[in-house]
Amino acid sequence: MAERGVDRVLWLLVPGVVFVVALFAYPVLYGLQLSFQPEEGGGVLANYERFFADPYLRDTIWITLRLAVPAALINVLASIPIAYRMRGRFRGKRLLTTILVVPITLGTVLTAEGLINYLGPVGWFNKILMGIGLTDEPVRLVHNYWGVLFSLIITGFPFAFLLILSYLSGIDPTLEQAAATLGADRRRRFRYITLPLLAPGLAITFCLTFVLAFSVFPSAYLVGLPQGETRVISIAAYESAFRDTDYPLGSAIAMIMAVVMLVVVGLVLLWRSTLYRGATGGKG
Amino acid sequence: MSENFAELRIERVRREFGDHVALAELELTIKGGEFVALLGPSGCGKSTALNCLAGLLPLSGGQILVDGKRIDTLPPERRGFGMVFQNYALFPHMSVHRNVAFGLSMRGIGRAERTRRADEALRLVRLSDHAHKFPAQLSGGQQQRVAIARAIVLEPRLVLMDEPLSNLDAALRLEMRTEIRRLHQSLGLTTVYVTHDQEEALALADRLVVLRDGVVQQVGSPEEVYAHPANRYVAGFMGYRNMIPATVSDVDEEVVTVAAGRSVLHGVNRDGLTAGSAAVVAMRPSDVTVGEGENALRAEVEIVEYHGREQAVQARLPDGTALHVRTGSRLAPGDTVSLTVPADRVLVFAEEHPPGEES
Amino acid sequence: MRVSTWLVWGAVAFFLVNLFGLVLAVVVNSFSVEWFGTWWPNGLTTSWYVTAWRELDLLEVLVVTVQVALAVVVLSVLIGVPTAYALARRTFPGKRLVTVLFLLPILLPPMTYGIPLATVLYKFDLAGGIAGVIIANLVPSVPFVVLTMTPFIEQIDPKIEAAARMCGARTSAVFTRVLAPLLVPGILAASILVLVRTVGMFELTFLTAGPGSQTLVVSLYEAMFSAGIRAQQAVDAMAVIYTGSMLVLLVVALRFVNPTQLVTRLKEPA
Repeated sequence: MAERGVDRVLWLLVPGVVFVVALFAYPVLYGLQLSFQPEEGGGVLANYERFFADPYLRDTIWITLRLAVPAALINVLASIPIAYRMRGRFRGKRLLTTILVVPITLGTVLTAEGLINYLGPVGWFNKILMGIGLTDEPVRLVHNYWGVLFSLIITGFPFAFLLILSYLSGIDPTLEQAAATLGADRRRRFRYITLPLLAPGLAITFCLTFVLAFSVFPSAYLVGLPQGETRVISIAAYESAFRDTDYPLGSAIAMIMAVVMLVVVGLVLLWRSTLYRGATGGKG
Repeated sequence: MSENFAELRIERVRREFGDHVALAELELTIKGGEFVALLGPSGCGKSTALNCLAGLLPLSGGQILVDGKRIDTLPPERRGFGMVFQNYALFPHMSVHRNVAFGLSMRGIGRAERTRRADEALRLVRLSDHAHKFPAQLSGGQQQRVAIARAIVLEPRLVLMDEPLSNLDAALRLEMRTEIRRLHQSLGLTTVYVTHDQEEALALADRLVVLRDGVVQQVGSPEEVYAHPANRYVAGFMGYRNMIPATVSDVDEEVVTVAAGRSVLHGVNRDGLTAGSAAVVAMRPSDVTVGEGENALRAEVEIVEYHGREQAVQARLPDGTALHVRTGSRLAPGDTVSLTVPADRVLVFAEEHPPGEES
Repeated sequence: MRVSTWLVWGAVAFFLVNLFGLVLAVVVNSFSVEWFGTWWPNGLTTSWYVTAWRELDLLEVLVVTVQVALAVVVLSVLIGVPTAYALARRTFPGKRLVTVLFLLPILLPPMTYGIPLATVLYKFDLAGGIAGVIIANLVPSVPFVVLTMTPFIEQIDPKIEAAARMCGARTSAVFTRVLAPLLVPGILAASILVLVRTVGMFELTFLTAGPGSQTLVVSLYEAMFSAGIRAQQAVDAMAVIYTGSMLVLLVVALRFVNPTQLVTRLKEPA
């Protein structure tokens, strides 16, 4: 009776928890057990054995990592200096932020169409390169590895930038001022004050952009070489499940995909756990 | 709207959080029209007691009765109490006027009456000119006054105040203290006031309840608590800053003779001490005077702080114990002085486990 | 100005110029009669928009998109806000587990749980129609509302609710008169973000939609994927329409939320 107030409020959890259990946890567990029931017979692990035995399937892991790791690194590393200069207030900050965020609205298809039109062999970019004499024949930038990488950068950068900007705004600027009064120059203020405080945020940002990039799907079809150097793991999973209607194999590949991501994210978070993660003095 | 009650009885009220006892068996009777202060450092259980009274925290045990009727089973909105919160808790999306009128509209009072009474309450707290502003546009002191107006507009049978002045700066705190006292005198609303500031409690309350670790240490009028603290802990809280270890050498009824700081002192026996027992001598800095006489201690001046008409002096007794003195005499570090204390201003307590007060 | 600053702004400018060129190339192409190998098309026309509207059933697709997006917004707010309230105001055994459960659908990319989810939905005959698309899109949206509203509710002082009770307000009045008005900015911000995410959500819709229940992104992808059949200009016209509507949504969203809040915790707009 004494705690009745508490119990009543907890009822509010019910719809949300039921929803997430029924439509997220259950399907994932269902997919997991389905992956242990191979269509074509064999042992419980037959789907997984097949994945790792067949280079056409197995190599999708490396192909995807080769795209996702550089894309995530570029997005995070490029965001740091830009966001660092965009702390505080200045005229046009909102406009510049908005412009940097616009790629969110582009969507995969317009980005893909744009890459094909703009970076293609007869696109403006190659015309300019040839016009100023940097190259004699068009550089191949789409329908291969580079097309997908560019697509990942265009769609992933705004995301990484916004996250890092908000982490940076959460660091109290007087800490850098304090370091300045103690004789630290600009470079050392960044190196010894801002960067250590920002590092946990960078780890999280890297994880999120990596996960986004690792699950790349439509652009690998549209601007990549979907049966060749950009046959990413999502394509393998999708084609198994819905083109070949081998749901168990498709589920198994989805599970492998999740595991690879969890391993990378786990490694990054393990590194993060060695960092200072307390208050950063700001309002955030 | 509610009539003053004759008495509110808090009987064996307990509140636990897990294994932690926040409030142990609180017994208190509050009479209609009284101003009671719950006093103690943070974590002593005073806010827990207030929230239990308000109905915001369910009791772990005991009961609360108003004129013999149990109210501890009622939800807060049906107890008919008003409350002023430490951080004001004003509704940020409502104007000052609507904040104050909110409780009236909850009680289904008509628009005209509502406006009249809210205006009256705002006039009482001198905020009539700010009625249409929003809380965020007001200073801390003004927000505090809105919170008070919102609580008193209902003329509740009990007003609860949870450290209402602790977020204000020193000057404003004094001003608002007078304001609260004035409102209590003119409206006569029964009030329970929680604070950690002994000065505030002494200035405002008719009766003080000193709490420590969820247990009541002393209940009494400001004079009683100030002049006759029940124990060493209350004494520390009431400004007996000097606590000197001593040994009892002689007991003569209420007067006890102790050896302290290589001197012999006479004081009041507060704990029924007997000769030979270990004791603590408690003295207020302002009761210690510089000069020769009865009940004297020799000490060397160490630190002098200028406080206008007075100096706050920290001196060392020959055995190394620090002694705090407030004096009008001009002293300088290094001076050797004789200090005297009237024997009735020296309280001698038993040396129990060291108290963790001194917040 | 310092060299490094010049370098950074130079890189930003380079990125933006190329991005602008990329978008412009699509826009120009969508208006071009014919454009191949030259600096500029040999004639401009709006006829591709008419083609896209007629041949690609754009009206139907837009209606589906609006229906899906609105249903997802309303349902995710209705399910998510009460959960967020309970998570913000109470501690209980297993709270971490519940929090992780709501975090996973946002952290995991849609492809990983989308495939099993679509399999389950097909098993129960829910996929292939608009209901399936709505359900699938709710999976990341409900947790998104929960995770953005929880800190928003946490920063509303619980003492304000206590104060309303002390003024005599019953639970219903506390909710309608005090809590709801304070939650509106947060709900608005969360809704607009869910709207943007749902309109842009490709994978889950792609995996669960059938003919007649495709949203704009998916039918756009299908149009481009079968590019041999359609003129590229018509696909580009459609892509411009999609990006235009997303841009409008984003501009609306930015009126209610700070850009950094697109990805992090929400606060009351200043």
